[in-house]
Amino acid sequence: MTYFLQQVVSGLAAGGAYASLALALVLIYSAMGLVNFAQGEFAMFATFIAWSLMVSLHVPYGIAFVLAVVLAMVGAAVIERAIVRPFERGPQLSVVIVTLALLAIVNGSAGFIWGYVPKPFPTPFPQSPVVIAGVYISIQDIGVIAVSILVLGLMYLLFNHTKLGLAMRTAALYPDSARLLGVSVGGMLAIGWGLASGVGAVSGILLAPSLFLEPNMMQQVVIYAFAAAVLGGIDSPIGAVVGGLLLGVLLALIGAYIPVLADLRLAVALLLIVVTLVLRPSGLFGQVHTRRV
Amino acid sequence: MTARRVRPRLDLVAFGVVLAAAALGAPFLVPGYLTLELSYGLIFSIAILGLNILTGYTGQITLGHGAFIAIGAYAAAIAQQKLGINYLATIPIAGLACGLVGFAVGIPALRLEGIYLALATFALAIAAPTLLKKPEAITGGVKGIILPPVTSPTDLLTDDQFFYGLCLVTTVLLFVLAWNILRGRTGRAFRAIRDGDLAAVSFGINLASYKTLAFALSAGLAGLAGALYGIATGFVSADAYPFQLSILLVVGGVLGGIATLEGAIIGGFFVEFLPVISQQALGTINKQLANAAPTVTQGIVLILIMFVARQGVAGLVRTGYHGARALLVRQPVKVAAEQTGPL
Repeated sequence: MTYFLQQVVSGLAAGGAYASLALALVLIYSAMGLVNFAQGEFAMFATFIAWSLMVSLHVPYGIAFVLAVVLAMVGAAVIERAIVRPFERGPQLSVVIVTLALLAIVNGSAGFIWGYVPKPFPTPFPQSPVVIAGVYISIQDIGVIAVSILVLGLMYLLFNHTKLGLAMRTAALYPDSARLLGVSVGGMLAIGWGLASGVGAVSGILLAPSLFLEPNMMQQVVIYAFAAAVLGGIDSPIGAVVGGLLLGVLLALIGAYIPVLADLRLAVALLLIVVTLVLRPSGLFGQVHTRRV
Repeated sequence: MTARRVRPRLDLVAFGVVLAAAALGAPFLVPGYLTLELSYGLIFSIAILGLNILTGYTGQITLGHGAFIAIGAYAAAIAQQKLGINYLATIPIAGLACGLVGFAVGIPALRLEGIYLALATFALAIAAPTLLKKPEAITGGVKGIILPPVTSPTDLLTDDQFFYGLCLVTTVLLFVLAWNILRGRTGRAFRAIRDGDLAAVSFGINLASYKTLAFALSAGLAGLAGALYGIATGFVSADAYPFQLSILLVVGGVLGGIATLEGAIIGGFFVEFLPVISQQALGTINKQLANAAPTVTQGIVLILIMFVARQGVAGLVRTGYHGARALLVRQPVKVAAEQTGPL
């Protein structure tokens, strides 16, 4: 039982990070109806920035964390305005291809700047575990869960209890009405990309100590995030969080109890994506859409 | 009107003759290693032809065609090594096997539209290498499968030249086949589905059968390309088919012109030569840039194409050709090639 609980806690920690990246995908999907295939690469790039700040410039962890997240937000907002905007109203395939191009450019740039050798990433949490009711829990895991909850809570407050959040939701749902009300829809989309990139960056920085930092670090994670977002419902922020946590725990338990599947976690995520999309395309919490001719 | 239609288009005939001469003459004029690279260009053309049929003509986004190439390569390698089948026969076997897999993948894909299909195939591309490594007894696991090198049956041709000929014949056959399929009823059905599936249904097009057919055809072509690719490298291992390969195919398809046949050829050679050229050009600046160069240039080329020429190089050439013809022949030319496509 204690072993089981330990696995659940470490699953929740990974799940919190998946949930953040899934939330990033959901934010952009809800705002624009598109999936940003470069989301994981944005997160990886921000994590490298945090690493450079900490290791090369000796900036303390907390400040580096915040700086990297802010830079990720600004960078993504600029990219949205400069590169993605002309394709927003075009066919879906065009936008998919543009985000794929971004994926390649960001990935290659990181390889050029920082190289492909995996780097250890610092963590502010002590390595020693605490014992709660006989269960060994690493402080790292608790820290990751706490930071995830904090970030996801902040996003919830922003969207549901601020004027900016209201404006963003209006811009996403009723762009024309939003314009009539004086909301800058384009600006809201840029802010949406910025916020998404920010939570994505948090995900990258939280995962980096356990994954080791290299340009392809987020490739598997982004599939888990896709799976989490699809499972929860790709237009549902709450779904992304629940999906992320569920997937984190599921993968941890598979790793612990079904060794045959341990190195097939990606395939499990793929299966989850396909099964959810086929059986219940709206996911657990998503809205069911009907099509009109 | 009729008279003009019957007049042979000398310009096109001349172009065809030059192209055929170049294709046949190339292996005798360039060094051996370049002949092999040209063969790879043809192989990628076949794979991109598959991608274009599915994405360009039928409008079904796929970001996972690298997985089908890998499956084709494994199918051919297993047929040759474990079942002792002659390697020439393994090529169509791989195409058929991959076509069946594509058909099977096409069935759940029927329920996925647009972005969801892109997502699922993207996940397939990333998961495929680990999945293929798992059944070690069949696929050789991490070690992969080693294949004997291709040897030329005649003294007149070197091994490289013979293999190039094999690729060329396969490519020509498949492009003629695709051209025939796409210009007829099936091709019209594909395009109708792309341009509006609800309208297509009301015209009596069976969505399920045509979509799965497109998937099977497309995967089959990727499988044939995969078989040739595996034979060319002499070594089939899952790590040779990373998800970047799938992206590279999309780049090639879009660059060439995703809703055209000739675009697949342009894209195929681009996919083969871009990494080499960008590495050589930028690698002189520094070592780290050499590793990153192919990925970055791919992305930049893709964005540029999306900004300036969504119909790809084939679209540019068509527009340029019609423009030049209008100037030279001084006759009203029907508005340059209908600019349709999924982009």
